[in-house]
Amino acid sequence: MYDAGKIITGLVIFVGIVTYPIWGSLGGSVNMPEPVVNKSGTCVESAEYMRANHMQILDEWRDSVVRDNDRVYTSQQYGTKFDKSLSTTGKTSCTSCHSNKEEFCDACHDYTAVAPYCWECHIEPKEEI
Amino acid sequence: MKIINPLIIVLVLVALAYFGVKAGLTALFGVVIPYIAIVIFLLGFIYKVIGWAKSPVPFRIPTTCGQEKSLPWIKQNKLDNPSSTLGVVIRMALEIFLFRSLFRNTKAEVYEGAKLKYGSNKWLWLGGIVFHWSFLIILVRHSRLFLEPIPGFITFLEKADSFMQVGVPLFYMTDAGILAAVTYLFLRRVVEPQIKYLSMPADYFPLYLILSIAITGVLMRYFIRVDVVNIKALARGLVTFQPTIPDGIGVLFYIHLFLVSVLAIYFPFSKLMHLGGVFLSPTRNLANNNRAVRHINPWNPDIKIRTYEEYEDEFREHMKKVGLPVDKE
Ligand code: HEC
Ligand code: HEC
Ligand code: HEC
Ligand code: HEM
Repeated sequence: MYDAGKIITGLVIFVGIVTYPIWGSLGGSVNMPEPVVNKSGTCVESAEYMRANHMQILDEWRDSVVRDNDRVYTSQQYGTKFDKSLSTTGKTSCTSCHSNKEEFCDACHDYTAVAPYCWECHIEPKEEI
Repeated sequence: MKIINPLIIVLVLVALAYFGVKAGLTALFGVVIPYIAIVIFLLGFIYKVIGWAKSPVPFRIPTTCGQEKSLPWIKQNKLDNPSSTLGVVIRMALEIFLFRSLFRNTKAEVYEGAKLKYGSNKWLWLGGIVFHWSFLIILVRHSRLFLEPIPGFITFLEKADSFMQVGVPLFYMTDAGILAAVTYLFLRRVVEPQIKYLSMPADYFPLYLILSIAITGVLMRYFIRVDVVNIKALARGLVTFQPTIPDGIGVLFYIHLFLVSVLAIYFPFSKLMHLGGVFLSPTRNLANNNRAVRHINPWNPDIKIRTYEEYEDEFREHMKKVGLPVDKE
């Protein structure tokens, strides 16, 4: 082998970077978050649907409220009516049921490195402790 | 045929994952195949690089495009004709990060019947650089699915990439970049007759494969949503060797993951190995100092040298006898 020193060094660095998730997680665990739902009953749609699609629902809501002044959402699953609202108090907004943002929304979002910028304008729910 | 067959292979791969997962083989597609893929990828990669490292380079053969280092009053082109290691490093870095040689890539065009014209082809450079950078950024962003806690620079990269704040989930610029660039790179091979003539199935297959990976990824993010929390749990299971298959992960994810696994397995044995190869190309990684430094061909046999003195020592008497001049009496 020629230039073995340089080439082996390069290979070690490459393999090190590629396998970083493995050796960087030694002793780590899956750590799946368990968002705390502090409300009984059902969500806007089924829980499985919400887990994957809640951001799209919010997107639809936002557009239809701001552009068409259409403020009522009828659940496809349950047929019940909801106010299309992220965080307005006094209505059935996401945060009126999920008032524990830190234990609920953030539990998942921190796990997957999403930081919705919505709260730059919308009011975060006050934790009632 | 050359164009259609690789497409059929990729479609078969998609169907394989789709029907496999529908038939309940989630552990195969979610755990077993990804493990096999990463092992083959790493071993194949090392095997290839060691193979190249064993090949001797008989002579310094850098491709140069400027004045070589010469007399002090002749200006050397230090970038295009480096004579020192530092120069080589700078040249390589510009090549790897900016595709400098592609930037002045020449395109041969025939005009007025039989005349040949060379011009610069910036489109290929643009397509290439957009593709590679998008791919890298997407790959680095994906590490959020494997790492816990997630390093700050990944969050930063996500912020920068979704800077436009279009839609929810936020639109990533690199997603548009990779789709547009791969489409261009594909069309280039189909539309230009000379390049079409040169293209082989091994050129089309990676393009289809990467395009399919990008399309399934984009579908998952913006159109057919999947449960990313459960997917991260699966990915974390892989890297911590506690494999889990959470319920309710869409089949689209398994297709995405299977195609990525195929890409990883295919990688070391294909032209995609230019990832490792670029560092080992003798036309780029050597300084042009053939005239300043003696470069000994590594496969030269070990020749026993006999000096004239030794010769004379042996034959001195005979030489004297026939009157030949000798150095030593
Ligand atoms: C009427 C009260 C109510 C409203 C309004 C509501 N939710 Fe829910 N949400 C619930 C309940 C109750 C559950 C648990 C349902 C279950 O487990 O079947 C839930 C579950 C969820 C889940 C799944 C959690 C998990 O881990 O399974 C998500 C995600 C979610 N909600 C997000 C939202 C978002 C985003 C909004 C606003 C668009 C919203 N919810 C509005 C009551 C509500
Ligand atoms: C620049 C400030 C700003 C940001 C950032 C922002 N919004 Fe809004 N949003 C508004 C305003 C203003 C309204 C109009 C309120 C109204 O008419 O009731 C609104 C309305 C809404 C509504 C319907 C009305 C209601 O009561 O909630 C939804 C849903 C919504 N936004 C969702 C979102 C989501 C999801 C995000 C993050 C991805 C977001 N918004 C980010 C300013 C903002
Ligand atoms: C079950 C876990 C979970 C819960 C609970 C949850 N989210 Fe999410 N949310 C996610 C994931 C995962 C994503 C990122 C999806 C992706 O990267 O494609 C996300 C993305 C979002 C986005 C889009 C962010 C962006 O920048 O693209 C918004 C807005 C959002 N969530 C709002 C909420 C709100 C508001 C709540 C609480 C009421 C909530 N989510 C609760 C898992 C969750
Ligand atoms: C060659 C490697 C890969 C490429 C080129 C690729 C490409 C993409 C692209 C372009 C997207 C669109 C969203 C984005 O840009 O983040 C995406 C999403 C996604 N990819 Fe990959 N991917 C690769 C490997 C993987 C692997 C190994 C996994 C397994 C964990 C994976 C899981 C996902 C998931 C879950 C999404 C959806 C993310 C979301 O909804 O935000 N990908 N992929």
